[in-house]
Amino acid sequence: MWRRLLDFISSLKLTIICLSLAIILVFVGTLAQVNFGIHEVQQRYFQSLFVWWPEGSGGFKIPVFPGGHLLGGVLLLNLLAAHIRRFQWTWRKLGIQLAHAGLIVMLAGALFTDLFSVESFMRLAPGETKNYSEDSRAVELAVINESDKDQDRVTAIPEEWLKNGKPIEHASLPFRIIVRHFYQNSRLQPLEKAGPNAVPAATQGVGARVAVAEVPRATAENERDLVSVVIEVAPSPGDKAPAGPTGTWLVSDQLGAPQSFSYGGMTWRLVMRQARYYKPYSLTLKKFTHESYAGTGIAKNFASSATLTDPEHNENRDVLIYMNHPLRYRGETFFQSGFEANDTATVLQVVYNPSFVAPYLACVIVSVGLIFQFAYHFAGFLRRRKSPSAP
Amino acid sequence: MKRYSLWIALAVAALWLASNSRMPKASPGAFDLVPFAKLPVLSEGRNKPFDTVARTSLLILRGKQTLRLEDGLTLDAIHWLADVLFNPSVADNYPSFVINNPEVLGLFGWEQNERKYFSWAELLPHLAKIDEQGRQVETVESAKRTPYQTGISNLRNALLLYQRLKSTLRPEGTKDFTGEIDAFLKTIPAGLEATLKSKKGEKFDQAKFDAFAQLTSRFENMEEMASVLPVPPAPNGTGSREEWISVGTSLVQTIATGTVDPVTKAYARIGDAYLSGNTSAFNRHVRDLANGMANHEPRATGRAAYEYLFNQLEPFYQAMGLYVLAFLLVCGSWLGDNRNLNRAAFYVLLIALAVHTFGLGSRMYLQGRPPVTNLYSSAIFIGWGTVIIGLILERIFKDGIGSACAASIGFTTLIIAHHLGGSGDTLEMLQAVLDTNIWLATHVVTITIGYSAMFLAGTLAIIYVVRGVFTRSLTKDSAQSLTRMTYGVICFATLFSFVGTVLGGIWADQSWGRFWGWDPKENGALLIVLWCAIILHARWGGYIRQRGLMIMALFGNVITSFSWFGVNMLGVGLHSYGFMNKAVPWLAAFMISQLVLMAFAAMPPARWRSFQTATESAR
Repeated sequence: MWRRLLDFISSLKLTIICLSLAIILVFVGTLAQVNFGIHEVQQRYFQSLFVWWPEGSGGFKIPVFPGGHLLGGVLLLNLLAAHIRRFQWTWRKLGIQLAHAGLIVMLAGALFTDLFSVESFMRLAPGETKNYSEDSRAVELAVINESDKDQDRVTAIPEEWLKNGKPIEHASLPFRIIVRHFYQNSRLQPLEKAGPNAVPAATQGVGARVAVAEVPRATAENERDLVSVVIEVAPSPGDKAPAGPTGTWLVSDQLGAPQSFSYGGMTWRLVMRQARYYKPYSLTLKKFTHESYAGTGIAKNFASSATLTDPEHNENRDVLIYMNHPLRYRGETFFQSGFEANDTATVLQVVYNPSFVAPYLACVIVSVGLIFQFAYHFAGFLRRRKSPSAP
Repeated sequence: MKRYSLWIALAVAALWLASNSRMPKASPGAFDLVPFAKLPVLSEGRNKPFDTVARTSLLILRGKQTLRLEDGLTLDAIHWLADVLFNPSVADNYPSFVINNPEVLGLFGWEQNERKYFSWAELLPHLAKIDEQGRQVETVESAKRTPYQTGISNLRNALLLYQRLKSTLRPEGTKDFTGEIDAFLKTIPAGLEATLKSKKGEKFDQAKFDAFAQLTSRFENMEEMASVLPVPPAPNGTGSREEWISVGTSLVQTIATGTVDPVTKAYARIGDAYLSGNTSAFNRHVRDLANGMANHEPRATGRAAYEYLFNQLEPFYQAMGLYVLAFLLVCGSWLGDNRNLNRAAFYVLLIALAVHTFGLGSRMYLQGRPPVTNLYSSAIFIGWGTVIIGLILERIFKDGIGSACAASIGFTTLIIAHHLGGSGDTLEMLQAVLDTNIWLATHVVTITIGYSAMFLAGTLAIIYVVRGVFTRSLTKDSAQSLTRMTYGVICFATLFSFVGTVLGGIWADQSWGRFWGWDPKENGALLIVLWCAIILHARWGGYIRQRGLMIMALFGNVITSFSWFGVNMLGVGLHSYGFMNKAVPWLAAFMISQLVLMAFAAMPPARWRSFQTATESAR
């Protein structure tokens, strides 16, 4: 029984099955990008164990096809098993074995990257300094305690917490936050323009004058979901008397300015913003250049000249980030990715990828393996042609 | 007799080349447009001759490089451009604009009939409407436009381009530009004084102020409109050698400098001579300007002259003809079992390859880039790569199959390139992220060689299936040698596709921060790698033999064409360099034809004509 299972796991048949399923998955996942954003497609087809049907969130679903992680995982297992079982220390096989070993490194690296890499971005106007990058998709609700004159105390609530709907309690907050409604993607409209049946989104703050409507999730490459949440600020379970005006508040990605209220004798601000990743160092943009070819709108180069400041490592130096020349620092890589309208700010893509070396390593191993294999066969071919006995 | 077939074939090839490469010569007493056509300008970010401006503009406006007048006469692109630049009242009546969409015609109340080319004069009354409709379309993503929207947007852009061209060398409606410039020079001091006074609120000479302001605004208008920049930076200037300016800009600068740029002055004289029909003055002024340019801008002038030569020789068109000839020779050699014809085909292919290589090399020289920079050049390079691999196969197996594949793929890819080149300048500048010769030379070239090999394997499979199913000519030996070739080529394709894809990943990691992003073009490359891996493993495992290999190689054609072209049609992702509605039916037809061939190949061996008599059958 075990033996047969092991036979199957290390079999060529399994390789072919996995490759064939992979080819279908990649094809369908490519076509799906016409209708869905690349991020959604990646999650649905490639960064999943199964492709579920019907698509969309909620409701009953069945797995209809193995996803990228499952196929990649099985293929990795298959490769490893075959490698271990059939490994022969012969010159004839060395090249092929090296090539496959390289593939193992590549697949493992890809899986690792999918699981652990974090992509975010940093938008900097000239002169601006930031010690954090922002998530391009996830948001967070920042609850800011302003009562200390010298510094604000910020409690950031991640999007998942808002989404799962449980009351939110935290040691730094004297109150509970209850999520009344979560809109994955929404449009806000002033109440008077939203039609006769519109109701205010909330009882307090801006929400009292605004109607919110759920809209389909953003699919285009340059759009993102605008999350809105209606929350209630309620006394913590122990507290009896509400120490401030309670009621519901609308917080949204689309509302720029924070909303203030007081509770327990302290002033608080609420603001929904893109989730932040803080760093122990900071970047200050000195200058952003955007060159075009003479007489055209075709971009020739984008470059951000910045100052890197890291008190921990005693670094303070100027860096230049431009096309195809990223800055790698403390495990993170900063790429020149875009710019704001009229070149008013630069947008850097910030990537944390602990396994970025894997593909490079794999590429070298596979290339050496294949080159060796070809050289070996070619030498054999020449030897056979020289010996007169060969037919 | 047979021995001479080789020489006859080579003579035909030479004749074909000679007959197609006659350089235009002006007859005495006529405008000599050749030196004019070679003059360098800066347009779309690079130096090119007026000849290229003429050809690409006419391609964008009417889809062809020549203009057929209503009286049946054909006008060269450069003649057309000369009229547009210097004598617009004549050019305005040329049928320069193509309108294919009936709804666009309907917008003007015109019915669709045999006429599809229209002149500026005819379209003039409808300009406002075209502009309004075209602006509406601007907000729609190009991939999501209806044919009407594409049509109106193209027409608006064409009209804009035409207007821009007209403002390149002369202001609107001028008869004596040289005189106008002289008058302008005289008005400057008084005009400036009047302007200064008017700003201070003092009394000033209204007449002088008006004369100055009117001329200035004419030139500013030119400056704003022109997109082709004919005036090089001052010879001893400190600025960048790339900062060419328009005639309008040069004249506006005259207000500050007090002198007129000699190139601007020369173009004014050239235009005046052309307009007044003074051929000898025109020819003399053009020659003087060309000499001056050669002294001050030797690099730009040299490249422009080379590009002019390249345009005239049309190497890809020549190569296409030679590929057809080679293919016919191979077919002849098969019919008559003639070794000499086979050898002749081989030599004709070598000549075709040399011409093809000259074209490819010229493009690399002119652009200063590795061979593949856009879809157009990828077609040319795929053809080139396949011809080389095909010729190597031919050297080894000597049965005409390598030649037949080389000739047919070489021809087909050049035809595809020809149609892809219809959208304008194929030597366009590269977007910033592509601006790296190392990756263009490694990733793009390897991956394109991978495409070449896949198509070659697919073509070998086509030969196998067609010969096997429909003829009795597929003997056991030839079936085996075809199989060996196909297998070898697929191994080659695997290597190059894999290495190319990984190199692409590394490039993406360097410039976008991720090795793999599931972008459609990346997926397309991955599909090829996966398919090759499946073929090789299935063969090693004994799951497929001859016919199985051929069926899978045929499907390789489908996958490769999807990866090369199909993903661009999806209109999404970082690699989509342009949406091509027109190519969709062709791609679909190609894919269906391959599927049909696969169905034929899947028939039991007893139904194959070649195998009916044979005792053994391939699985």
